[in-house]
Amino acid sequence: MGKKRLGHEFYVFLAIVSLSLIIQARSGQFFTLNNIVDLMVSFIVPAIFAMCELIVIISGGMDVSFPAVASLSMFATTKILLSMNYTGNVFFAFLLSGSFGLIMGAINGALISIFNLPALIVTLGTQSIFMGILQGALNAQEIAEIPKVMFDFGNAKLFVATNPLNGLKSNMSSSILILFAVVIITYVFLHFTMWGRGVYAIGGDSNSAIRAGFKVKQIKFSIYCFVGIVAGIAGMTRVCMMQNCQPNNLIGMEMTVIAAVVLGGTSVKGGSGTIIGALLGTFLLTIISNSLLLLSIPTYWQSFFTGLIIIIGTGVTSFQLILSSHRLPSMRKSKNEA
Amino acid sequence: MKHDALSSRKLQKNDNTLLNNLVVAAVILITMAILKSSKFFSFTNFQSMAYQLPQYGLMAFAMALAMISGGIDLSIVGMANLSSMIAALMMIKLANLIPNQNLIIYVIIISCLIAILIGLLCGLLNGLLISKIGIPPILATLGSMQLFSGVSIILSKGNAINRLPPLYAKIGNYALFNIVPLPLLIFILLALSVSFMLNKSAYGIKLYMVGSNTKAAKFSGLHVDKIIIQTYCLAGILSSVSGLIMMSRLNSAKSDYGQQYTLQCLLIAILGGVNPQGGHGNISNVMIAILIFQFLSSSINMFPYFSNFYKLLIWGIVLLGVMIWNKYSKSR
Repeated sequence: MGKKRLGHEFYVFLAIVSLSLIIQARSGQFFTLNNIVDLMVSFIVPAIFAMCELIVIISGGMDVSFPAVASLSMFATTKILLSMNYTGNVFFAFLLSGSFGLIMGAINGALISIFNLPALIVTLGTQSIFMGILQGALNAQEIAEIPKVMFDFGNAKLFVATNPLNGLKSNMSSSILILFAVVIITYVFLHFTMWGRGVYAIGGDSNSAIRAGFKVKQIKFSIYCFVGIVAGIAGMTRVCMMQNCQPNNLIGMEMTVIAAVVLGGTSVKGGSGTIIGALLGTFLLTIISNSLLLLSIPTYWQSFFTGLIIIIGTGVTSFQLILSSHRLPSMRKSKNEA
Repeated sequence: MKHDALSSRKLQKNDNTLLNNLVVAAVILITMAILKSSKFFSFTNFQSMAYQLPQYGLMAFAMALAMISGGIDLSIVGMANLSSMIAALMMIKLANLIPNQNLIIYVIIISCLIAILIGLLCGLLNGLLISKIGIPPILATLGSMQLFSGVSIILSKGNAINRLPPLYAKIGNYALFNIVPLPLLIFILLALSVSFMLNKSAYGIKLYMVGSNTKAAKFSGLHVDKIIIQTYCLAGILSSVSGLIMMSRLNSAKSDYGQQYTLQCLLIAILGGVNPQGGHGNISNVMIAILIFQFLSSSINMFPYFSNFYKLLIWGIVLLGVMIWNKYSKSR
């Protein structure tokens, strides 16, 4: 299996390389410093989301509520900080947003683990509830002016890349450090803790995981709590980077993030998936959405291409499974059952 | 066939969804009778409900079918918009071509048939992706939803397509004896035929078998792939009809109409006792769930201080409440 997963990530990598070569050939603008930096900057938030979705999908679940969680926690945090004229450390903003996320994640986790309900449907329901609270109860409108600490954090840049040809400048946002931190934490949790092994075990076969002594309910609950925290942080990152708080513009992101994670070789049936794959998948979709302009394709083609990539990407993996189950009659049972 | 005597009803003998739902419907009606009796129990209110209900009712059937087969169809709204978009574009193009305006009725009929064909093809694509390529239904339809709405965005460049032949909206708003709207008639007709298919035809019993245990169905000699493809084609046809109804109601076609329907259809299907794991659920229960949903939705509209967004909140709570209730009533 290990060899196979490696192969899949290699294909995604190959797709990224060939796509970027095509874009470079057509526009001559792809491998410029400022384009790469732009890509990285728009990669940050989807990649943070991809980390939480990755863990959920590995555990055999599916979470579509994280954009709603992120929107609600970032909006609530921004509102609170504005009302108290907060001037302290930006760290507190992330902490607050993360805790709001944690509460919402815990609701998801409780519904999924205690009542043992299908994760997709629970999160569809909670997504609707969170958006209802955000748009109905809080009557959320765009907040144009965010607290100064957040503004400064979003403005902070690691370096500025300049395109020598046309002098266009792109800032590498310091928010990318948050992405690094989230990726490292996810990596450590997934690969160096018993919890991480539990996540894989539950996704592989939940009953066997119980037999093996994993506390499945607790692990499931904590997965959704983790997702909540990370989503809250991602939402806050988004506000800082956008320099304003738009309660509605994360909606619909769940589908692209799920697609990105699955493109990276994570099995929707759970039990397998890697961080590097999820990151590559996200990067592929980011390139597509960012580079249509470079190719002078009107942006309204974006949805079409995203759908096409999802179908082709998941189709290749799924078809390989079908083929291999035909080739190896002895394996057939386990594959079909999975 | 003797085999069919084991009708789907037998498969869900211990199912009390029907009773639950009737109780819920009665509770809503009684509450409204107390609170807003004159407004709720008026002819206009019931007629406007009859106009609103068919478009998402048909989508809910499509969702229920996919869920009975053990899958899910997230592309329903995409299919509806794509087929109505193509019908709208064709109508406008052809209406300009024909010399005699008396022929416009044929233009409308042809366009509608083509739209249904498009729905069928979209469903076929879904079915092929799921059965032959082996993509899990949720991902296949997630991708195809993007694809379908992508195509309709490309066709319309993201704008709404207006200026349909006036006759089309007239047909859509036609009411039999000035009471029963045409969309409702179409809805009832399709509901009866889907119900017949599920309960009385060989296809229906096979669908329940595939949904409850795909592997067992395969080993007992059913063409599982064929049944899955048929199911998603049927879902595609239902969605395209619903798209056509939506187009006549709004008198335009756009790529992002009815985005909220995906969640609503899922909610209705689950409210109607369709098991997300597949194999359970019947159309009459879904029908009652559609009515409950419409009652609830119209009731909320009668309280002006509820903003429309509260509906989202309420749908979410109802969805989760029903899921938990089902869990408990089943374990008892």
